[in-house]
Amino acid sequence: MVEVDGITFAYGAKRVFDDLSLRFEARCFYGIIGPNGSGKSTLIDLLCGHLRPVRGTVRLAGRPLGAYSPKALARRLALVPQASRLDFPYSCEELVMMGRYPHIPRFARPAATDRRMVATVLAETGLGAMAGRRVDRLSGGERQRVVFARALAQESEVLLLDEATAHLDMHHAIGLFNLTARRVARGGLAIAVLQDLNLAALYCDRLVCLRDGTVHASGSTAEVLTAAMLRDVFQVHARVAAIPGEQRRQVVLAREAV
Amino acid sequence: MAYPIEDAARRLGARRSVWLLLSGFAALLLAEIVYAAGSGFLKIPLGEVLRILLAQLGAGEAAARLGEMAPVVVVDVRLPRILTAALVGGGLAVSGAVFQGILLNPLADPYTLGVSAGAAFGAALALLGNFTLLGPWSVPVMAFAGAVATLLAVICLAGMDGDVSSSSLILSGIIVAAILSAGVSFIKYLADEQVGIIIFWLMGSFASKGWADVGLAALAVGLGTALFFFFSRDLNLLALGSRTAGSLGVSPRKMALILLVGASLVAAVCVAVSGIIGFVGLLVPHMVRVVTGPDNRRLIPVSLLAGACLLLGADTVTRAVLPQEIPIGVITALIGGPFFCVIYRRRMKK
Repeated sequence: MVEVDGITFAYGAKRVFDDLSLRFEARCFYGIIGPNGSGKSTLIDLLCGHLRPVRGTVRLAGRPLGAYSPKALARRLALVPQASRLDFPYSCEELVMMGRYPHIPRFARPAATDRRMVATVLAETGLGAMAGRRVDRLSGGERQRVVFARALAQESEVLLLDEATAHLDMHHAIGLFNLTARRVARGGLAIAVLQDLNLAALYCDRLVCLRDGTVHASGSTAEVLTAAMLRDVFQVHARVAAIPGEQRRQVVLAREAV
Repeated sequence: MAYPIEDAARRLGARRSVWLLLSGFAALLLAEIVYAAGSGFLKIPLGEVLRILLAQLGAGEAAARLGEMAPVVVVDVRLPRILTAALVGGGLAVSGAVFQGILLNPLADPYTLGVSAGAAFGAALALLGNFTLLGPWSVPVMAFAGAVATLLAVICLAGMDGDVSSSSLILSGIIVAAILSAGVSFIKYLADEQVGIIIFWLMGSFASKGWADVGLAALAVGLGTALFFFFSRDLNLLALGSRTAGSLGVSPRKMALILLVGASLVAAVCVAVSGIIGFVGLLVPHMVRVVTGPDNRRLIPVSLLAGACLLLGADTVTRAVLPQEIPIGVITALIGGPFFCVIYRRRMKK
């Protein structure tokens, strides 16, 4: 559904990607992992059209991103950034309603379907009781859930998560990934940049491991997430262990000698 | 789940209150206009003022007593000044609301990007050089040119061709404004007897405004407000940061540039017409937001009327109520500044 075709990208003189190609299919939950500075967030920016590649194209459903109007793109692709600045006193409900903007004509009022969608995602993300609260007075974790709810309200088939759970506690991180997985099961595509490899191991169907702007490994989670990869890419000694009674394996870190 | 119904009610309430607010401010503005037209050195009774105004609108029996002073005073002297003050107040307020949205900062104002410093420099230069090529429009035109040149310099410096970054815009504005203020100081130092005129211009005034000023301000503020209102939903998204705005269907660079240039032009015309009047552009959107909430679709129209009421009120006080006229820019800063401190402290404590 999303194709990265031979893209080259640089911040000024600093080359980030050189002829990078990737494919993301629907009904699949992708994780993008890699150490700091490996180009994960830049890749997300290129996938959502915020940045444009110097060479090569990113295609969504066969068409280059540039061929979509910004609004049409927003109906098909939603982004949950890592941290959002919210300095204005919007209520949670107002902020989530902004996810419906790409669906509502400029001067029209939200239709009943829009309001229903907002109410549904607020309930799904456990924010129903906070609907009227001001976002600039929420904790970082609560705010992140509001932003996630806004992305869900966009009703897009592609969901991009850029370290979206980095500031969430375990309960809410898992809740958010459950909702994402549900979208994927209904035919969507999720691409999540994440540092928590155990969350990646639990939820992602496939992993792309980046290292210095190149694909170090790409494939099913079991293929990519190995002790050898952790040693080579993340430079940590760890085991990837099967847990009795669980289908998914987990990363077990070993303490280094002090 | 009880909240959707509750919220629907709250939303309806907000919508009703915005119309209530708009009509309230409109009524207040009309009352202020009538009051201001009647008060001043020559007191004119309310009935007389209304009769003259209606005659002017073509609704009353026109100028039966043409020989009198009152119609001339009201129509040719007071009304242009009154309308210019109201238009400039509204223009500075909507422009401030737009700046606060784009710069992601509720404490930004129309002068954050150095528009006032540029206008001051242009005007001071014109006054110093006795530039009179354009007759009475020489100083306003130079002020406008200074403001626009400053805006361009700030946008280039901030690198708007790349990503929109509010902090680099604010920083560039501060740097350019600092350089220009030094330039204005130098010009004041060079100007011997002209220094009084320069200082007086910089403090802002609506004295001796004519219908041409009204027309110019009406054009700029009218077009500007229409533009801002048209893009007010996009401005809501821009205020969440450019990356988020982009993911919600707005081209952040294009939209920020359109709104930034629009808001700066409105501010530049206001400054060119009336000199530098501070605090209206900061204070009005900030206070209106407390009532309307941050949604620019409500904030912009209410700010327009609230700004008009505020500045016309202040100008009427200095013109007709105080024993001696004090420069309007000084009044807004002297009253607006401490007032703002109080609101700010109260909000911080919450």
